[in-house]
Amino acid sequence: MAAEIALDFRKLFPNKLTIEVRLQVPLSPPSVVILFGPSGSGKTTVLRCLAGLERPDEGSIRFDGERWLDIEQGIAFPPQRRGLGFMSQDYALFPHYTVAGNLEFGLGDVPKADRPGRIAEVLNLLHIQDLADRRPSQLSGGQQQRVALARAVVRHPRLLLLDEPLSSLDAPTRAHLCVELRGLLKRLAIPTILVTHDWEEALALGDQMVVMSRGQVIQQGSPQAVFSRPVNQEVAHIVGVDTILPGRVVGETEGLLTVEVQGRRLTAVADKGLGPEVFVCIRAEDVVLEPAGTGTTSARNHLTGTATQIQSVGALARVQVDCGFVLTALVTQSALLDLGLRPGSPVRAAVKAGAIHLISH
Amino acid sequence: MNWTAIRLTLELAALTASLLVLIGLPIAYWITFSRRRWKFLLESVVALPLVLPPTVLGFYILVAIGPQSPLGRFYEQVVGHPLPFTFEGLLFASVLYSLPFAVQPFATAFDQVDRRLIEAAWTLGASKLATFVKLVIPLSMAGIVTGFVLSFAHTLGEFGVVLMVGGNIEGVTRTVSIDIYDEVQSLNYAGAATTAAFLLAISYLVLLGVYGLNRTMWAAWPQK
Repeated sequence: MAAEIALDFRKLFPNKLTIEVRLQVPLSPPSVVILFGPSGSGKTTVLRCLAGLERPDEGSIRFDGERWLDIEQGIAFPPQRRGLGFMSQDYALFPHYTVAGNLEFGLGDVPKADRPGRIAEVLNLLHIQDLADRRPSQLSGGQQQRVALARAVVRHPRLLLLDEPLSSLDAPTRAHLCVELRGLLKRLAIPTILVTHDWEEALALGDQMVVMSRGQVIQQGSPQAVFSRPVNQEVAHIVGVDTILPGRVVGETEGLLTVEVQGRRLTAVADKGLGPEVFVCIRAEDVVLEPAGTGTTSARNHLTGTATQIQSVGALARVQVDCGFVLTALVTQSALLDLGLRPGSPVRAAVKAGAIHLISH
Repeated sequence: MNWTAIRLTLELAALTASLLVLIGLPIAYWITFSRRRWKFLLESVVALPLVLPPTVLGFYILVAIGPQSPLGRFYEQVVGHPLPFTFEGLLFASVLYSLPFAVQPFATAFDQVDRRLIEAAWTLGASKLATFVKLVIPLSMAGIVTGFVLSFAHTLGEFGVVLMVGGNIEGVTRTVSIDIYDEVQSLNYAGAATTAAFLLAISYLVLLGVYGLNRTMWAAWPQK
């Protein structure tokens, strides 16, 4: 049997939703699995059941052939026996220990003489050597996040569980640490399950993605597949970005990047820390439709194509434009009339460079 | 002033408070963290001395440790003399009498320890005992000190239970409060006044210590 985590359990909350999860995640090669969903979808509960902090009412959890939980047989490993690295949303650093003390807390099974070496190794890995003697109250949010991560990985866990690891940070720090976390998870090569409701994090960090809603798994696949081919309306709504396409950065001039997407070239504003392989994300409301063959505008990207599908959403209409790839635009019904747009009509889509969002792949 | 009584009282209070830390910590732990539905039964028993008249409590303790009871007979067989009207008997009664004054502050302090910290400790491989010793106790230190000092102060002023269980034996069971009562009975108001003032001063200083200490401790260990 291939090494995998197999979840098959139900947890009932009286008068609230029932969480029902059936899920297999391969352990090798080690990958990052994103548990994605809106708040209240049960993703954190699933993570806590995996950690042994919460007990499902029925079912089982197996990890690489080890039975962590089997309600019928009365087997329930406590968190201590699961060999985990768990990081909660608020970090839960111990206020009365220094950073080094926090890390040493997880090394109860390691001989005393080996502990300083292990701690130094992880502090170096996360570039926080100089924080070793500080208390958590003396650290910034970003520093606390790194310390919490260091504490989770210092014991060389078999499975890393991260609950919204970036959500307590301010936006600039989050963007910066997201890139860093990605590199770190790749280097650590520990199977990781990460809970988030942020699609940028999901795209940047995940190898696999599990979408949850109202306690159920509704789609599983690569982030790219989930975002570009949501299995149904619900997933599309939850992931919430209209156009996501894989692309490749092919040039950079004066702070603008040229990105090739399925043969078409787009101009986007350059961002730090981007590799050549990117996801190109465009929100439908940022796409302007104009009659085909009009003159230039201030928008950097003009894509001629054909309207393929038009769907009314109240006073607005969602228009799919095939311009080498499918671009979704959200325009008013009156604009639709002015343009005389019908399925099959030629149309030009304009997108400002600043409205194209690139995410490292 | 009756220095013998004062020394005896301080000794009794210190021993009672120390024993209560040993006994009270596990009881408070169980009360705080157990999910048993019937834990309110133990909670109520622990709180009983708060509402029961000391004479009633003293009466039951006296019966429970007397030569008629299995406990009393067992003690007499092992030690060689009966438990009532001895210092040890008085200590036993004091521990029961001050139980809520130790257990309640302990339990309140445990309850205020962030559950997420405890869960983090578990996922880091720390056993429940290790988590209690390395995390819960240090973070509850202010409450543990409060419980120690309150049970110490409460034992200082104990009267009814002492009279019932300990009697009034000079150097063995005559505590300060009984000494004051004796002085008043023999119309020696001056003697009673000095001893009473002494007891008042000690009690006040002790409470001053608790409230002052708690302030700095909470400032040193912000919980969140």
